[in-house]
Amino acid sequence: MDQRSSPVTKPPSPQLQKVPTGIDGFDEITLGGLPQGRSALLCGAAGCGKTVFGVTFLVEGATRFDDPGVFVSFEETAPDLTTNVASLGYDLQDLIDRHKLIIDHVQVERSEIEEAGEYDLEGLFVRLGYAIDRIGAKRVVLDTLESLFAGLSDAAILRAELRRLFAWLKSKGVTAIITAERGEGQLTRHGLEEYVSDCVILLDNQVYDQIVTRRLRVVKYRGSSHGTNEYPFLIDAGGITVLPITSVGLAHEVLDELVPTGIAGIDGMLSAGGYYRGSSILVSGAAGTGKTIFGAQFANSVCARGERCLYFAFEESPHQIVRNMRSVSLDLRKHVDAGLLAFKAARPSLHGFEMHLAGMYRDVEQFKPAAVVVDPISAFRGPAGEIHAALLRIVDMLKARCITAVFTSLSPAIQHQMTDADRSVSSLMDVWISLFDVEANGERHRGLHVIKSRGMSNSNQSREYLLTDEGMHLRDPQFKLPVSSRSEV
Amino acid sequence: MNEASPQAAAETVHLRLYVAGQTEKSVAALANLRKLCEAHLAGKYTIEVIDLTQNPQLAEGDQILALPTLVRRLPPPLKKIIGDLSNTERVLVGLDIRPRETP
Repeated sequence: MDQRSSPVTKPPSPQLQKVPTGIDGFDEITLGGLPQGRSALLCGAAGCGKTVFGVTFLVEGATRFDDPGVFVSFEETAPDLTTNVASLGYDLQDLIDRHKLIIDHVQVERSEIEEAGEYDLEGLFVRLGYAIDRIGAKRVVLDTLESLFAGLSDAAILRAELRRLFAWLKSKGVTAIITAERGEGQLTRHGLEEYVSDCVILLDNQVYDQIVTRRLRVVKYRGSSHGTNEYPFLIDAGGITVLPITSVGLAHEVLDELVPTGIAGIDGMLSAGGYYRGSSILVSGAAGTGKTIFGAQFANSVCARGERCLYFAFEESPHQIVRNMRSVSLDLRKHVDAGLLAFKAARPSLHGFEMHLAGMYRDVEQFKPAAVVVDPISAFRGPAGEIHAALLRIVDMLKARCITAVFTSLSPAIQHQMTDADRSVSSLMDVWISLFDVEANGERHRGLHVIKSRGMSNSNQSREYLLTDEGMHLRDPQFKLPVSSRSEV
Repeated sequence: MNEASPQAAAETVHLRLYVAGQTEKSVAALANLRKLCEAHLAGKYTIEVIDLTQNPQLAEGDQILALPTLVRRLPPPLKKIIGDLSNTERVLVGLDIRPRETP
């Protein structure tokens, strides 16, 4: 309760101490979280998730790090705020009852207030100080402090008082988040970055093709290195997830262990006898070539070995996949029941590609699978460059965790023609298997070949395969694929 | 600290002055308020001074932010005037003692 007595402004070691926010990915970007005992500025336009970010900081602090917190709300009342964040799974009332959280709604109504002479904001200090001392708060959020500029007319007094407030917060030793509206030509509408400049975080909403992607950028972090890119982030029932662009880069561990492909004949086409664990596999093919069966058979083989597999379905519902795969004698249901197989299904248009990846990142963190199937990546729309950047992140994220990943991709019916998605991701993939159709003598034949397989030699043959009641299997090599009767482009 | 006037009638103006300690501004505000009330509301007012350094929990109820703040609770509607009350005109307008000038 008496953080007043500890000289918190001077950390014991010369290195800047950090306070974890508990927000997935954010602590990774900032190498530990927010600067301890200082104020961070969080700016962004309306609806960017500033409040949610602040609430998450306090809730995570109270529940995971035993740091009580004070939320000073200049906009929403305590009941409104409690209701609004309930959808994220946060029970603020419970935290309030347990003295882990105080919400103080500060109402500034210009029409009610007459200004007659010199004043200061000591009332705010008194309230905040009282709240901090009552529960021994270590974390404070002021959301949105700039409302004061709308409520009070004397900007000179306000500026002097805000400067005093930030110094006072520092002397209290609390780690604070100050939220502010994005301004024209500057970070915040009222230039708060002039006063709070130890750590500045920018939130942004970008709309492409009617799909919104939320982005976060650490503009400044005094005394610490940090990721400088724009990172997509996601707000949903699981709270906030920030998808870091691969802090691991290409330094991930490489394993020699092999993972079967799940389709007997294909193991034999790869000289090592399977995929290397942690590698990324692209399976491209036209409609009806059995890409989903390919993915499902892989998932089945993973689960049959007792390992976990996470299946991202972007075109079919999990039930539909389970039902359809029964027709090829694959019982996926039993793996789901055993907790080895999990489906995550979402329409690609639900949010931007990067948002999906942010969600996938979190799902992978939670489920900790040994293998992942993404079916299909071609369902996503967007500029090839962006898809490439986003896939790079997910591939690196999976590689860093030694997770083997099978990505399916729908290519146009014409043989060997690549889609933008294929082209942009193929360089990221360790193994690329192409499924194609050959039409000859009034019959359709399905064929596949291994386009590349890094780190091992592979068969150069185009092999015919059959989709039967028993699933996908290759015909013996002596069955040569017929020459197409179509004139190829 | 209460100063109730002897004949507190129906139209008595209940005033509450929030301050934080004996600062220059709070001393000035109280002095200005007393002078003004004697001049315009003699015998029809009460002044309650609340020192938030003693009772910080009282700040939330009246939504106190700036100090000093003068709150008129009665008669309704609720009125708030912030500052050291040196601008007598503004205080009188704020308390509805003098009509607001049309701009």
